[in-house]
Amino acid sequence: MSFDNALGAIAEDNDEARWAFGTGFHDPLAGIDASVPDGVDGADLAAYCLMLGDDALVMSHRLQEWCTHAPELEEEVALANIALDLLGQARLLLARAGAAMGTGQDETALTETVLTEDALAFFRDAPEFRNVRLVEEPNGDFAHAIVRLLLFSTWRLALLDRLTSSADPVLAAVAAKGVKEVAYHRDHAALWTIRLGDGTEESHRRTRRALDVLWPATGELFGVHEVERRAAAAGFGVDPADVRAEFDAVVGEVLAAAALPCPAPVPAEVAGRGGAHSAALGALLADMQGLARAHPGATW
Amino acid sequence: MSGGTSRGAEGARGEEARARAVAAAVVDPELPMITLDELGVLREVRVEDGRVEVSITPTYTGCPALDAMRDDLRARLTGAGFADVRVRTVLDPPWTTDWISESGRRSLAEAGVSPPGPAPRRPAGPVPLTLGPVRRIRCPHCGSADTTELSRFAATACKSLHRCNGCREPFEHVKEI
Ligand SMILES: [Zn+2]
Repeated sequence: MSFDNALGAIAEDNDEARWAFGTGFHDPLAGIDASVPDGVDGADLAAYCLMLGDDALVMSHRLQEWCTHAPELEEEVALANIALDLLGQARLLLARAGAAMGTGQDETALTETVLTEDALAFFRDAPEFRNVRLVEEPNGDFAHAIVRLLLFSTWRLALLDRLTSSADPVLAAVAAKGVKEVAYHRDHAALWTIRLGDGTEESHRRTRRALDVLWPATGELFGVHEVERRAAAAGFGVDPADVRAEFDAVVGEVLAAAALPCPAPVPAEVAGRGGAHSAALGALLADMQGLARAHPGATW
Repeated sequence: MSGGTSRGAEGARGEEARARAVAAAVVDPELPMITLDELGVLREVRVEDGRVEVSITPTYTGCPALDAMRDDLRARLTGAGFADVRVRTVLDPPWTTDWISESGRRSLAEAGVSPPGPAPRRPAGPVPLTLGPVRRIRCPHCGSADTTELSRFAATACKSLHRCNGCREPFEHVKEI
């Protein structure tokens, strides 16, 4: 069977089933009760979900950039799968943010202000993104990708694990699924960190360099933005300062096994959470958002 | 209770059973040897006032197959004469490979895909690091326990990639989650 025929056979049966190669995705929260629980501020919930969603979306994009560039086929597939998991988490979190944004306003305003996850992903500019800067830094070599994945997923796993008891049932459910996924991501990154760090002289040197380059960005993982402070106080979010001990313990264990030195803790700071980003995010968004902005509503 | 209402209730139950049978026979788009029911993705089928409401849960958050499942369910139920079909997503409780039925596990193995073992039970405290191989995975082709993990991520997020050192064949394993 030729490639054209195979593609035709997939498309022929069902016009709607375009998931394999085009647009036509449904609302990821279809049929889920999206009301905001009592005692939870809709605007804060939206802002908080945007932070967690943007972390996943931007990290997913950096991992997607590895497609056709990974050192071996198995690793290419692994990074793409991890990117897909994070994209799924981003879709749910941005959809949750969009649904929570309209609350607290009158009925007529509501229908106009509810934003879909696509609008949030493709039509915000860099200063409106709330991701930590660790995820937006440009890709380097494979050691850089692995060390970033280790730092990011160790931190995110600790956050999601605590969010499984969030006062927002949608956020709690998204977190419960995310924990299982990110645990695989973290362990994958940990195994590679050990293989590279405790590998050849060259792989050790590169992994150590990646750690030197990325480590300063870890201070931002534990800085507390005012939205996070209120979200934690209201019981639907996590104070990022609370996950630092777990992060230090897990990363320390992996680095020791990888024969790598554990750098000194970086003072906590808030930057990306408040919209302060590097130029790299603008370039990333130009790539990610270009098509959606040039052809709004395009389908294929 | 009058005979009329009892017959009506029986009819509704019959319709529900019929809708459930149609939905249960829809196969997974990425693992076509197994049905959505055997996979544990189909959570509930209800018929009320002629409307069918099907609840499904994603295996992984980013699984693009969920949209295909939704379309397939709608198409098959519509084809079976149910005009009004709604497909709901359920996130809680999260899907686990423990929900894959015995017949589903047999179908996977017969198709050369190693079925999952029991999902990991978590101790209290932080999610522990898993750095070594979790368990011996048997080759679905020859049954040998002498196998090597090639990658924890195979063609889809739900599977890992292995090679049998006995028959030298590669195979996929559905990861415990
Ligand atoms: Zn074998």
